[in-house]
Amino acid sequence: MPVQAPFELEKLSNKEYILNMGPQHPSTHGVLRVVLKLEGELVKDVFPDVGYIHSGVEKLCENRTYPAIVPYLDRLDYLGAVNLEWAYVLAVEKLCGIQVPERAEYIRVILAELNRVMSHLLWYSAFGMDVGALTPIFYAFREREEIIALVEAATGGRLTHNALRIGGFRNDLPKDFLPGLSRFLSSFEKKVDEYEALLIDNVILTARTRGVGVLDPELAVNYGVTGPSLRGSGPAWDLRRTAPYSVYGKFDFRVPVSEGRDTWSRLKVRMDEMRESAKILRQAAAALPAGEVSAKVPRVLKPAPGEAYARVESPRGEFGAWVVSDGTERPYRVKFRSPSFSNLSVLREIAVGCNIADIIAIMGSLDLVIPEIDR
Amino acid sequence: MGLTDGLDERLVRKVPGAPVVLAAAEWAINAGRANALWTLTFGLRCCAMEMMAAGAARYDWARFGFEVPAASPRRADLMIVAGTVTTKMVPLVRRLYAQMAEPKYVIAMGSCAISGGPFAYDTYSVVKGADKIVPVDIYVPGCPPRPEALLDGMLKLQKKIKQSKFTAEAA
Repeated sequence: MPVQAPFELEKLSNKEYILNMGPQHPSTHGVLRVVLKLEGELVKDVFPDVGYIHSGVEKLCENRTYPAIVPYLDRLDYLGAVNLEWAYVLAVEKLCGIQVPERAEYIRVILAELNRVMSHLLWYSAFGMDVGALTPIFYAFREREEIIALVEAATGGRLTHNALRIGGFRNDLPKDFLPGLSRFLSSFEKKVDEYEALLIDNVILTARTRGVGVLDPELAVNYGVTGPSLRGSGPAWDLRRTAPYSVYGKFDFRVPVSEGRDTWSRLKVRMDEMRESAKILRQAAAALPAGEVSAKVPRVLKPAPGEAYARVESPRGEFGAWVVSDGTERPYRVKFRSPSFSNLSVLREIAVGCNIADIIAIMGSLDLVIPEIDR
Repeated sequence: MGLTDGLDERLVRKVPGAPVVLAAAEWAINAGRANALWTLTFGLRCCAMEMMAAGAARYDWARFGFEVPAASPRRADLMIVAGTVTTKMVPLVRRLYAQMAEPKYVIAMGSCAISGGPFAYDTYSVVKGADKIVPVDIYVPGCPPRPEALLDGMLKLQKKIKQSKFTAEAA
C-alpha cells in the first residue's frame, strides 16, 4: 500500500528537509508516523499519518451481538478500558431502556476511576521516558501494579477487563476489594506528591515544558480537544461535571484546570486529576449501597429500531459511542468518537515553529493512545 | 551468523581436538548471547503495556539479562512483536527485522501476533499472525499475556539459544 508523501520534495528549499518520526519510535506510544518538515532544528510543518494499527473495529461490531462487542472496546484504549466499555454499554442501555441498579453504578464509578488513575500513572511514566527521565516509570509502576491487582481481583483482567455487562455486572465485587481499596487510598495522595516533586516540579522539566506548545482555548474548542489537554488551557469542561452521567452528580470533587495553556499546565492538570479521582473513590467506597449488581436483561438482546449516543469522560477526554439498531441482535452501525483523534489533530497548530525536541514533549502531553485513533 | 553457523561436521572431526575446542566455544558464546539480549522497543497494542510492566519495578526483566531496551533495531537482538500487525504495518515490520543484526530472535507476544487474535476472522486489515512476515522463535499466548508469561517466554528463548549448535550435519 503506497503511502502518499504529504510534502512535495521539489518544493523544499535547500535548507529544509523531511524527517520521519515513527511508526516505530519510542515516543509515539504505538505506531504513529509523524512526518516533519525541518529547517535545522526548527519544525516548519507537521503531518501525522495515522492508520498503522487500523483493525476495523467499527466494521467488526456489525458482525457481533450486542454483548460480544464489549471486549473490543478494551482493545481500543487499553489504559482506560472501563471508561470506554461504559460509553458503549450506556448507549445500549439507553437504546433498550434498561435501568441499572444503583450498586452497579457505584461499582462502575469505582472501576472507572481506578482506570483513570492507572492511565494517568502510565502516562506519567511514559512521559518521563519521552523527555529523558527513566526513574518515574519505576515509581509509577509500583502503584500501578497495586491498582492492577485490585482491578484484576474484581474483573479478572489486568488491562483488558471486559468488566461491564449491559445492565450491570456479572459478579459482585470480591470480599476483600474494599479493604484493599482503602489500604491503597490511605497512602496514594502522598505518592502523588512524590511524583510531582520527582518530575513535574523538576527544574529541567519545567524549563523544557513551560511556554512550549501553547494551546489557545478557542483553538482547542474548535478542534474538539477534550479531557486534560483541554483543561490545561482553561475551560473547565469535564463531562463528569458538565453533563453528569451515572451517579457522578452525587460526588464532591473539583475539576482541575490550569490557565497556563502550555505543555506544563497539561501535565499539572493530570497530576491534580489523580488526587480528585482518589477523592471520588473514597466517597464511592463509603456510599456503596447494597443490592443487586445487574438489571434483568434478556439473554438475546434485540433493541427496537432506533439509535442512541452516549459519552463519558475517559482519561483522554470525551469518548462517545453511537449505536444504531435495526431490530436484530446485531447493531446496524456502531461509531466511536475517540478523544485521541481530535487531540492529535491539533498537533499541527501548536507544534509548528517549535524545536524538534519539543515535539516529543508536546505529543507526550496530549497523551495519545494510537489504537483509539485508528480503531 | 557468520563463522559460528553451519560448520561442516565432517571437516571438524578431521582436525584433532577440534570438537572439544568447538564445544567450549559454543558454550561460552551461547551463554553470552542468551544472557545479554537487547530488546527492540516495538509496541503495537495492549501487549506493549504488559511489556513495559515486565520491564518495570515489580517484574524487572533486567534480572535475566534483558537489561537494555534498544530504541534502534540496529543494536537489538530480540524483537518482541507485541500486538496486532496490520497490512499497513507489514513492510515496516519486515524492514525492522531486516535492520537487526544477526543473530536475531523474534517473540510473538499475544494472540494478535500469534494468529490475529480477536480480529482473526472477519477483519480486512489484520495480518493473521506475525509468523506470516518474520520467522518467530517463541509464541507467548494471552490477550494480553501477563508479564510472568512474557518472562517465561523469554527464559524459554534463552534456553533455546543455549542449545544452538555451530556445526551442521552434512546434507
